[in-house]
Amino acid sequence: MHKFFIRSFVSSLVLLFTFNVAAIAKDVKAAFVYIGPTGDHGWTYQHDVGRKAVEAAGFKTTYVEGVPESADAERVLRQLANSGHDVIFTTSFGYMNPTNKVAKEFPNVKFEHATGYKREHPNVSTYAARFYEGRTILGTIAGTMTKSNVIGYVASFPIPEVIRGINSFTLAAQKVNPNIKTKIVWAFTWYDPGKEAEAAKALIDQGADVIAQHTDSTAIVQIAEKAGVYAFGQASDMDKFAPKAVLTSVENNWGPYYVDRVKAVANGTWNQKDTWHGIGDGMVVISDLDSQMPADLRSKVKKLQADLASGKVHSFTGPIYDQKGNLIVAEGKTADDGMLAGMMTYVKGVEGDIPK
Amino acid sequence: MIKIVKRDQPSRAIFFFTPVLAIFLTLVAGGLIFFILGFKPFEALKFFFIIPIADKYGFSELLLKATPLCLIAIGLSFCFKSNNWNIGAEGQLTFGAIVSGGVALLFYEQEGFYILPIVILAGAIGGMLYASIPAILKTYFNTNEILVSLMLVYVSKLILDYLVVGPWSNPEGFNFPETRQFSDSAKLPLLFEGLRIHAGIFLALAAVVISWFVFYKTYLGFQMKVSGFSLKTAKYAGYKGKKMIILVFLISGACAGLAGVGEITGPIGQLHREISPDYGFTAIIVAFLGRLHPVGIIFASLVVAITYLGAETAQIFMQIPKYTGQVFQGMILFFLLASDYLLFFKIKFIGSKK
Repeated sequence: MHKFFIRSFVSSLVLLFTFNVAAIAKDVKAAFVYIGPTGDHGWTYQHDVGRKAVEAAGFKTTYVEGVPESADAERVLRQLANSGHDVIFTTSFGYMNPTNKVAKEFPNVKFEHATGYKREHPNVSTYAARFYEGRTILGTIAGTMTKSNVIGYVASFPIPEVIRGINSFTLAAQKVNPNIKTKIVWAFTWYDPGKEAEAAKALIDQGADVIAQHTDSTAIVQIAEKAGVYAFGQASDMDKFAPKAVLTSVENNWGPYYVDRVKAVANGTWNQKDTWHGIGDGMVVISDLDSQMPADLRSKVKKLQADLASGKVHSFTGPIYDQKGNLIVAEGKTADDGMLAGMMTYVKGVEGDIPK
Repeated sequence: MIKIVKRDQPSRAIFFFTPVLAIFLTLVAGGLIFFILGFKPFEALKFFFIIPIADKYGFSELLLKATPLCLIAIGLSFCFKSNNWNIGAEGQLTFGAIVSGGVALLFYEQEGFYILPIVILAGAIGGMLYASIPAILKTYFNTNEILVSLMLVYVSKLILDYLVVGPWSNPEGFNFPETRQFSDSAKLPLLFEGLRIHAGIFLALAAVVISWFVFYKTYLGFQMKVSGFSLKTAKYAGYKGKKMIILVFLISGACAGLAGVGEITGPIGQLHREISPDYGFTAIIVAFLGRLHPVGIIFASLVVAITYLGAETAQIFMQIPKYTGQVFQGMILFFLLASDYLLFFKIKFIGSKK
């Protein structure tokens, strides 16, 4: 009995080893590092949907979920780089420094870091989505649907990406309804159902009848459903969690980009890039529009969506004023990417100060 | 027939045997879980416990992971031996990291051999300060140290959040919640080129030696032991209980603070929101698995460290959910507590011959 176990153990070892070597020899393998569990129905879930698209395109993939941004990230990255993966997608901002550090030691492995700004080595690319385009749509819907003219907004961290979202949302809402006010609650978390729910409740108590969110859990739409106010899904289509409250969702659609980049690695055409795709490239997707929205609003939104995609409409078109009333984008001009990337001021109509 | 008989005295042999038994049972139960999940148990266990440390790099990562666990657990053993239930090592780690990180940031872009010792000392002091809160509240106001030390963990994390989001965030970092990277003079030196294992391991080893000396060779160690057996006896013997309570908390806090220093001035190199994957809590398992004995804690920290590494390897190569690592840690503690039953009771087989 004992011998049998040892023998089968050894033979499985041998088998496994040969199998691994065979696998490494030819195909391009992609790895994905996730901050949360794949079942979060938000950020990580959508990246995993993207990974599955890569699988469907015929490539082998590996993922590691729940990788903390502590000292552990670097080890996971190194292990993936060391075990025959040709391209590694690191899908949280906090992996920025470890990604660049490990990239230096593995010049033959490609690294793709989401939402960061450091590309210290030629084998590091960065990518992000123009989520603010989706928020232009949400702002348009919110400004039309609100009755109290108070719109609540649960924000995560005061970084340019989030400020940009608040601004583009508010600008769009003002366009259809000059009287609206956007109230912000900073949750200081990307994913914490408890905190997010508290924030949503506080906003509803302050009279908000539409809640937007830049955090990832489904808690906010569920609170909105209970309170009978409107909300928008974040990252994935959250309609099934709150069918009455959710008017639409802004979905992060990473699949096409991932497939594209893995193919580039396979063809040897991969090059360092900073990608920032929006509705036009399909990285930002608007879910089905809820039938509670009047038909003319729905058709207006459809048109806006098409115009954002074609570039006919830009989310930040002047005149845009900051909170103090200074003109920051002149009439007829649009904000350039440099300004968008470093955006750290609220536009007029947003209440409160950016936490420092 | 089987009969369960109470032992006259806890068995010393069993005392050191049960951790081994617990690890063995964890492996068996783990294999069973893998089997139920549809994985080959032996293969899964191999990826969990052997592959991660099969090469030099893997072994260095094991030591890197075990260093904070060992350091914190040594500190905790001072508390636990003397009946002081410090559950808040994670908070002491965090606060130590905050203080030492703050000092490291003061020396931003400066060089000097004196910087690192100051940074390390600051971390130890930070941990001590934070541990002194439950200690003082316990000695002078009779509060429950379990509750206070645990709650302070969340307070410390919020302080860290506030600092890295606000005043200490990197001015060139687009307001992302992280500080600047520390200068090299404020970082622990690496021991080998290409590996992450750093000089912090010597802090852990020093803690092991010092704790052994204190436990078994000093009056304080004896006091702690007596207090651990019976607080009343300790009082009767005339020990100044309050002083000892504060002292063990300070030692424990210093160790946790140093563990925090090791993380931020070692592999991380800056302050951000996630500096520890709950080392302070996991170290409680380590302390008990190591039987509060310095040498035992070394082995226990290695065993628990490997559950972290193994979980990653098993996911990368076999797509086993990474959270099984936590299941393993939980099972070790569970089986340890369960097998402690054997310390106080023995099982007698009463044959029919008798």
